[in-house]
Amino acid sequence: MSTEPLTDLPRQEHGRWRAHHLSLIIGAAITLGVIAIALLSLVWTPHDPNPTPLPIAERLKPPAGAHWFGTDIYGRDVLSMIMVGARNSILVALVAVGIGVGIGVPLGLFAAARRGWLDDFIMRVNDLVFAFPALLLAIMITALLGPGAINAIIAIGIFNIPVFARVTRGAALSLWTREYVLAARVAGKGSALISIEHILPNVLNILVVQATIQFSLGILAEAALSYVGLGTQPPMSSWGRMLSESQTMFAFAPHVAIFPGLAIVVTVLGLNLLGDGLRDMLDPRLRRERSAQ
Amino acid sequence: MRKALGRSLGRSLGSAALAVALLTGLAPHAALAAKTDVTIGMPLEPPNLDPTGGAAAAIDEVVYANVFEGLTRIGPDGSVLPALAASWDISDDGLVYTFSLREGVTYHDGTAFDAEDVKFSLDRARAEDSTNAQKALFAAIASVDVVDPLTVKVTLSSPAGNFLFNMGWGDAVIVASESAADNATNPIGTGPFKFVNWVKGDHVELGRNPDYWGEPAQLEKATFKFISDPTAAFAAMMAEDLDAYPNFPAPETLSQFEADARFAVVIGSTEGETILAINNGRAPFDDIKVRQALAHAVDRQAVIDGAMFGYGTPIGTHFAPHHPAYVDLTGQYSYDPEKAKALLAEAGHGDGLTVSLKLPPPSYARRGGEIIAQQLAAVGVTAEIANLEWAQWIAEPFKGKDYDLTIVSHTEPMDIGIYARDDYYFDYHSDAFKAIMEELNNTTDPARRTELFQDAQRQIADDAVNVFLFELAKAGVWNAKLKGLWANSPVQANDLTGAYWED
Repeated sequence: MSTEPLTDLPRQEHGRWRAHHLSLIIGAAITLGVIAIALLSLVWTPHDPNPTPLPIAERLKPPAGAHWFGTDIYGRDVLSMIMVGARNSILVALVAVGIGVGIGVPLGLFAAARRGWLDDFIMRVNDLVFAFPALLLAIMITALLGPGAINAIIAIGIFNIPVFARVTRGAALSLWTREYVLAARVAGKGSALISIEHILPNVLNILVVQATIQFSLGILAEAALSYVGLGTQPPMSSWGRMLSESQTMFAFAPHVAIFPGLAIVVTVLGLNLLGDGLRDMLDPRLRRERSAQ
Repeated sequence: MRKALGRSLGRSLGSAALAVALLTGLAPHAALAAKTDVTIGMPLEPPNLDPTGGAAAAIDEVVYANVFEGLTRIGPDGSVLPALAASWDISDDGLVYTFSLREGVTYHDGTAFDAEDVKFSLDRARAEDSTNAQKALFAAIASVDVVDPLTVKVTLSSPAGNFLFNMGWGDAVIVASESAADNATNPIGTGPFKFVNWVKGDHVELGRNPDYWGEPAQLEKATFKFISDPTAAFAAMMAEDLDAYPNFPAPETLSQFEADARFAVVIGSTEGETILAINNGRAPFDDIKVRQALAHAVDRQAVIDGAMFGYGTPIGTHFAPHHPAYVDLTGQYSYDPEKAKALLAEAGHGDGLTVSLKLPPPSYARRGGEIIAQQLAAVGVTAEIANLEWAQWIAEPFKGKDYDLTIVSHTEPMDIGIYARDDYYFDYHSDAFKAIMEELNNTTDPARRTELFQDAQRQIADDAVNVFLFELAKAGVWNAKLKGLWANSPVQANDLTGAYWED
């Protein structure tokens, strides 16, 4: 009776460990696949995603032979548009995450190193931005600056700043009490140097996980903004706009809505799996909690 | 005791439900015959309900001919019919119109209609401080005099061939001095329907006017519901939440309605000249060669097929093809990308051109814009598309002249006169065109008027003011049992006077 759980434990542990690897592997495979397709679209697509002039006569052809995913309302090849759309989505989300990391992480490090009223000030301003619903903030910014891919990037990027500032500060705060940091301070290193040499490398794994999650949120935000007409403008392909343009045609030409929808689902799923897998692998505390169970 | 009571209550409730079920089951014919209300879908909500105080087409689409009436009215075929004026006499010089008014007409608030109201309405519309959106309709009037309570004499300063037609516009309806100030929110007219209720953002409700002077309406209640999203409009029609959508915004779904026996799809004509408007005042469009190049670069039929699913008639000038004075000028700038390139090269833009293309929300503009942008790209013109909401469109291209190109449908009837307006957003100034319009305004002879209309059409086509695309079709979808709705849109209206349900 009592031996069973004992012998079971390592196997259970092993199985869970493998499951985490599995989500990591699947997530990484999907993400790399999407990136590969996006890169491929730079040099090759099955058809011109934006022929001049548009082949109206070819419109709304169901998936078949020459057009694997069919054609849209203007006769454009849906597969080619999705490939170009992948590039666009990734670019917007990547730059937006870059803005968030580039500004948010230094802010968080600075706040954690300084403490005091500056810390309070920075974090309260962050809270202010954070308190706005992300999409509302993005809509506000694009309404202010005008619709377009670049403004969508800025909008999503601004929303990313407090996320990274918060995560960095939270993790950095606890590190500042560690012995090796104290040792560095005793040795006469300044706060900036300590933040870069000792704090940053130790919060990096958390940041990688957060960046993956923000990346997938960025792709969703771009799709949502384009869906309401504030993101990527025509003639550039965008998954969100493809969806919004196809909704009245869903009943008789479902392929124009299904494929861009699937593209969004698969990409976001892949990134989330990758993020989960990375977190399980990189976060030592989670790993310890798991083995204690 | 309580239990017994509960049980008997339950039993009686059950039998009551059964009775109701039987009753409703037995009385389907009575229920069907009793259908006397109608719910009409519209894409845009009117900003107010006073047709004499706003330019929005949505105002007329609710109240014209339903709540408010003018001296004359425009019939379904575009003809001028008597309305509050039972008849009229025109003096030989074409300057004096004597209107004989109908007897026994009352406003919805009970006040009587008479010649004083006509004088009040016309003087108010043409006054210095008038907020009427179409003051030009009244420009020819020199004076309005009350002869007796049922006779009005209108004197013009110069003959105006279109005067009776103008008096049929929604902007020229006759309002009462007692209620005119509140018409924006509580419209009081003489029409077959009374205003009942307006739930902002959702619907306007009208009820039958039992004291109507003419043949009373057959419907007891009419609701105008505002649904701008084409997907939602489609769903509401399919669920039969709407009985009719006279101007359906998604042409791609029409085939589904056609295949469904519950619905009738009626394609009619409108007064909507859809154009690719060009900012004539801005370089490089101040060069006629560039404008001609744009006209040659656009394949109208592809725009109609792609944006409107084939519904629409190509036009070569700013005039409705169903009008007798129309001249077919579609051949003047035929689709010819090579010629467009040559013209651009002649104008010194052989190595390409980048322009802005601002698009308002309707699908003819958004879709047409994408198609035209690609057609322009084929001749080396890069059109940067910006999708605008209506408010932005009114502010930027229309009022601010801040645009290069835009696409819009001009739905007012006989509106070629806008090309004579110096302040208009095309920024087109032509003395030759203004001279034609000037002469037209002073001409009553029908044959000469037709000639002048044709001269005017040729003038703007020769100057390639805009790229004239197509006449917007009116795609009406309604319940197959609903009869008496207008197939065509000679004016912006949903006249429900003659609408009825067929058993």
